[in-house]
Amino acid sequence: METHTSSRAIDGANYKEVDIEMPPLLEVRDLVKYFPVYSKGIFRKKIVGKVHAVDHISFTVNERETVGLVGESGCGKTTTGKLILYLEKPSSGQIFFDGKDVVQTFSKGSKEEQLKLRRSMQMVFQNPYASLDPRMTVYDIISEPFKIHRHIPSNEWKDRVYKLLEMVGLEPYHAERYPHEFSGGQRQRICIARALAVEPRFIIADEPVSSLDVSIRAQILNLIMELQEKLGMSYLYISHDLSSVRQISQRVIVMYLGEIVEQAPTTKLFDNPVHPYTRALMSAVPIPDPKRKMNVIILPGEVPSPINPPSGCRFHPRCQYADQKCKEEKPSFSQVDVDHFVSCHYWHKFA
Amino acid sequence: MNLLEIENLKTYFFTEAGVVKAVDDVTLSVERGCTVGLVGESGSGKSVTAQSVLRIVPRPGKIIGGKILFNGEDLLIKKEEEMRKYRGKKISLIFQDPTSSLNPLFTIGSQLADIVIEHEKVKKDEALEQVVKALRIVKLPDPDHAIYQYPHQFSGGMKQRICIARALLLNPELLFADEPTTNLDVTIQAQIIALLKDLQREFGMTLVMITHDMGIVAEMCKYVVVLYAGNVMESGSIEEIFERPHPYTEALLKAVPRLDETRKLISIPGNIPNLIDPPSGCRFHPRCQYAIDLCKERKPELEDVGNSHFISCHRWRELQGGRY
Repeated sequence: METHTSSRAIDGANYKEVDIEMPPLLEVRDLVKYFPVYSKGIFRKKIVGKVHAVDHISFTVNERETVGLVGESGCGKTTTGKLILYLEKPSSGQIFFDGKDVVQTFSKGSKEEQLKLRRSMQMVFQNPYASLDPRMTVYDIISEPFKIHRHIPSNEWKDRVYKLLEMVGLEPYHAERYPHEFSGGQRQRICIARALAVEPRFIIADEPVSSLDVSIRAQILNLIMELQEKLGMSYLYISHDLSSVRQISQRVIVMYLGEIVEQAPTTKLFDNPVHPYTRALMSAVPIPDPKRKMNVIILPGEVPSPINPPSGCRFHPRCQYADQKCKEEKPSFSQVDVDHFVSCHYWHKFA
Repeated sequence: MNLLEIENLKTYFFTEAGVVKAVDDVTLSVERGCTVGLVGESGSGKSVTAQSVLRIVPRPGKIIGGKILFNGEDLLIKKEEEMRKYRGKKISLIFQDPTSSLNPLFTIGSQLADIVIEHEKVKKDEALEQVVKALRIVKLPDPDHAIYQYPHQFSGGMKQRICIARALLLNPELLFADEPTTNLDVTIQAQIIALLKDLQREFGMTLVMITHDMGIVAEMCKYVVVLYAGNVMESGSIEEIFERPHPYTEALLKAVPRLDETRKLISIPGNIPNLIDPPSGCRFHPRCQYAIDLCKERKPELEDVGNSHFISCHRWRELQGGRY
């Protein structure tokens, strides 16, 4: 059957051509974040090491694109999100948003410039029970950005709050209520409405559905996708859940121990994962279908400490294909296909 | 005879706001040597069902009706001292959060040995030997050394292995695993699932896997019981449930993103009901796309629809007729 719809493919397969010539909305270059580790002791604390939370990563997010950032706990995905918004100060590296230098703006720029940049980038957090002030009504929560940014005259606030509530699937009468009167899914809707209040062009969603019940997750994922279609913003979707990343993203970045190991358009990555870590990660996700026999690749051991990350390829101690070279030499990025990059010495064995 | 038979179990919580009907008329059975999945979302009553079997329902919860037959004996009429001989020894439980279920002040060896000493009245050395043996079974690296370490010295996955070892110490006949992998990373989850499967196969253990993840169910279980808002929606073999599901199970399967395909997610409208004032009739009716007036008025019975598949739905037969 032929279809003539021009609507966006769910996995964004035919999405690329549109903005191939456009400069990226967000560009992260060689971003690094080390957290100091102090020695024990009360008076004299010496720095005895550093946590390599984010270690020289580079990537871009295009206009109207959703990029999934996936990895296990401690891989640096949340830190990456915080660095982009300058909620954490990068140790080195550059971040450009719409051509503007984010690090420069927040460290040296004027208050006005900073506010302007804040307006274009927003965040939705994992836990909607902790990210809403229990003593503010929903109206106060959603209108607070108006007070700070003053982009809307105060006589229009009420209408705007109602409109935002409607946009995220809530009712006007919800505005007078307090967060505790809502379920987890509804609270996450409030968080999304708050993020939308400043009309951002880019939203970082850090595990927005992980703390929600299974039957509610689809509602929020669908809402996030609908809003993008309507308002045209870009997302960085941070998650450990590969299935939801596949659902929502057009491109996926896989992180391990502070580094990017593989990145590719969603379909390519899921059809042809190349890096041994990506392959193991995907094989480990249980699929709700008893007829499919799983071939789980069980990784030995656990993610090593980011304080003393392994030499060479950081994945080598857990990789069944690793040899001397992997131990000694850090692999550089190899191009598997258009837009598909992998950091592995022996990638052509798996491609 | 089935190892465990639960008949019309009712466990309510008497809170200040009202009576929460957490488990309301739950009937299920667990065959010896099988892995049974107890599936549901938060508030479905899956954990409270396990707590009821062990009779460790926290206050203000109370079991107010039904029967729990373990090897044919009703646990609900046992005295508290008798019950203590069941907990850990015959029926054991692994909790969701391994960090909060281990005591941070005691070494692994000492807190696990205490269990053996309490139940088997042996000397400490002997108890520790048993602990090391159990830790070896769950493949904890270097168990001889591990017994002198404290919980904080282990990662989440290792702590969960220790909790599994603790649950296995006294060779229980029945093991409940309450979301044992929810707090773990995917690759560590795969390790723990593989371990539980090995244990089940090797020792012929009866395992009740409590989870909200249909993927884990498909991967591990032979039979499934699906709970929603304190009621059993359906129970049956894994193949039956995935092929001819209850409307709730069907909706759940369509709402979950899958790793192996991209498709439109069909979300389930509304929220999980408040169990102080649960919906009338079928508790899923306000969110069910097939609901009719009858669903609102009368609670459907759990009926046998063949192939040992039990379903609680007024319209299931009709819907099957329409769809097959």
